[in-house]
Amino acid sequence: MHELPVTQGILSAALETARRHRAERITDIFLVIGNLSSIVDDSVQFYFDILSRETIAAGATLHFQREKAIARCLTCKHEFEAQPPLSPQCPQCKNLTVRVSGGQKFFIESIEVEP
Amino acid sequence: MTQLPVVKHILAANESLAEENRALLRRHGIFGLNIMASPGAGKTSLILATADRLPAGLRPGVIEGDLASSIDADKIAAKGIPVIQINTGGNCHLDAPMVGNALKHLPLAEIDLLFIENVGNLVCPANFALGSDMNVVVAGVPEGHDKPYKYPGMFAAAGAVVLNKADMIDVFEFDADYFRRGLEMVNPTANLFVLSCKTGTGVPEWVQWLTAQRG
Repeated sequence: MHELPVTQGILSAALETARRHRAERITDIFLVIGNLSSIVDDSVQFYFDILSRETIAAGATLHFQREKAIARCLTCKHEFEAQPPLSPQCPQCKNLTVRVSGGQKFFIESIEVEP
Repeated sequence: MTQLPVVKHILAANESLAEENRALLRRHGIFGLNIMASPGAGKTSLILATADRLPAGLRPGVIEGDLASSIDADKIAAKGIPVIQINTGGNCHLDAPMVGNALKHLPLAEIDLLFIENVGNLVCPANFALGSDMNVVVAGVPEGHDKPYKYPGMFAAAGAVVLNKADMIDVFEFDADYFRRGLEMVNPTANLFVLSCKTGTGVPEWVQWLTAQRG
């Protein structure tokens, strides 16, 4: 359900940008999505293919650049990529002092158009 | 081929309407809370328990979000609290336009503290700004102590986390330290309140803190 309004947001921002530049066709859309933002790539592309029919973005490819979540240990300062399932235990010093940040980005970076 | 920059939040339309809601609440001096939790964690119970203990002069109002029914709104209205029920149909979260419409039907001049009870769901609501001043995530002991690990996005977005049904901690062998560590991992600045809406334990501390946040 959640991917539908997300996809509508992507499509309307892309169309608006293309319109402002008088582009005739959108071929690619570049997105930056955090790994912890619970957005499923395939699901968004699926909705996009349906919503974009009859628009100048029909057939466009969505590119998902995934933003990593970073884990840092407060004790030994070890830094690594946080991947679900998350754990507060540091793989290096074994203390339960890991803090996770980032991985929440959620924006459209650019589109590629044919003039 | 030409590359055009967009650099825009994917839910930009929602974000800008959330800003309008925020401005409206500010004009009326209302402190808004977005209450999120899974179904059955105790969102409505927390609102009722909090409203019961608010200091004189701090008047509550409620927006209730549910897929269907007015069960929760009826409970709130029975207490004489202004309430608007939003039925989202199939939508799994509230969004800024829905809240904006509900605000038109509330007596804003008679409200100081607005509880916006989101649809029971630990995933989507975290992504949709409503224009509130703070996110409050309610977790219920029977749901298990692993929720911050499984739904990091929701807990990372919280200003305060309320662990409800604390009277059931022993029954469900709930590991409160494990829960707390999970919360600290994704959100070290969130304030955690362990309470029971049923027995009232911990509720006064929560209300006192909440009242101070409003300033």
